[in-house]
Amino acid sequence: MQNSATMISSRSVPSYLGADVSKCRACGEPAVIDLARHNANFCAEHFIRLCLRQMTRAIDDFGMFSREDRILVAVSGGKDSLALWDMLVMEGYDASGLYIGLGIGEYSDESGRLVREFANDRGLTLHQIDLRNEHGFDIPTAAKATRRVPCSACGLAKRHLFDGAAREHGYDVLVTGHNLDDEAAVLFGNTLRWDVEYLRRQAPVLAASGGFGRKAKPLIRLTEREMAAWCVIRGIDYVVEECPMALGNRHLAYKEALAGLESRSPGVTASFFLGFLERMAPILDAGVDHDDPVACPQCGAPTSAVDEPCAFCRLVATASAHEPVPVRLVLDRRRRKAFDEQWGTTTMETT
Amino acid sequence: MIVHLRQPRRQVEVRGGRPARAVLIELGLAPEGHLVIRNGTLVPSDAELGDDDLIEIRPVVSGG
Repeated sequence: MQNSATMISSRSVPSYLGADVSKCRACGEPAVIDLARHNANFCAEHFIRLCLRQMTRAIDDFGMFSREDRILVAVSGGKDSLALWDMLVMEGYDASGLYIGLGIGEYSDESGRLVREFANDRGLTLHQIDLRNEHGFDIPTAAKATRRVPCSACGLAKRHLFDGAAREHGYDVLVTGHNLDDEAAVLFGNTLRWDVEYLRRQAPVLAASGGFGRKAKPLIRLTEREMAAWCVIRGIDYVVEECPMALGNRHLAYKEALAGLESRSPGVTASFFLGFLERMAPILDAGVDHDDPVACPQCGAPTSAVDEPCAFCRLVATASAHEPVPVRLVLDRRRRKAFDEQWGTTTMETT
Repeated sequence: MIVHLRQPRRQVEVRGGRPARAVLIELGLAPEGHLVIRNGTLVPSDAELGDDDLIEIRPVVSGG
């Protein structure tokens, strides 16, 4: 185990830690993390076991994939996708990575570097797509050209390219690092708007259908805190900074609201989302006929758009015709300030 | 004690010799929303932070 806390015996604990330092619930050794929703503390070794158990439980409970399947992990350079890839490999799954260079300034430069470093260090297969080089645009330019919310253009591009890469390289399933807090925030937003169609589609696994490959979210039983801790314990470098284009978006606001509830009632986020999957999702899905997609006349990818190019081809047509736009120029004043603070020089404050 | 913070990257100097939770609260950071890394090792919120420790406080919310 890379975290040195596992090597600390009770005799070697520094004196200032005192006798009241929290202990691992499983073995009684000094803990490295406290998890309020489990009302327990864990050492590094037992925390790792807990996370792997939660992931395999999600995979098995929802029939996401088997050990014979070839798995493609959508990796962004953030904690969740790198942790997921690490966990799958640790559990013996056949998992390769796919990284998409989105062209979001220094944020993307750093993300790409960390993903390549992760794959190289472990000898893992990494597929890479560069949006600007291969499709003639990047996300800041797409946002400017289409006047779409940046996260909307980004999500559209990623979904299309993930699907296409899984098909092209013959993977059985595409997995993403959406964690419990991500899914609960999406559910919260969809519920606030009573968006029944989106509520119906919020499933931890989507079967292959109509030309779309199978997709799964193995981290739905694990939180942001747990995934960040996984990376620290396992020594995985990830992009700690939030995407500059996502700063202050609605999804993050929903997460903050849920975090406030969680701090007062530990475990409420899990019961909200997992309860939805268990008790509400089957009701929403009952008796619904899903429309079969058709092939896009331009790229051949499955799409619900009839008699016109798919949404990605329309995005390419608009965004690639636009002059490249640097990321700073599509950020409002608040986001630009945050961007400059995150990617500028370090400052020293005294409290 | 020098504490390295993220989002954005910066450093602050605070008094040591007290639990991580107390430092987080003084800095206005939610304990559940942050990890404390002492000398390269993750520690729980009741861990004492010494004046000579190298501390990083990392928000748990981030992602792509």
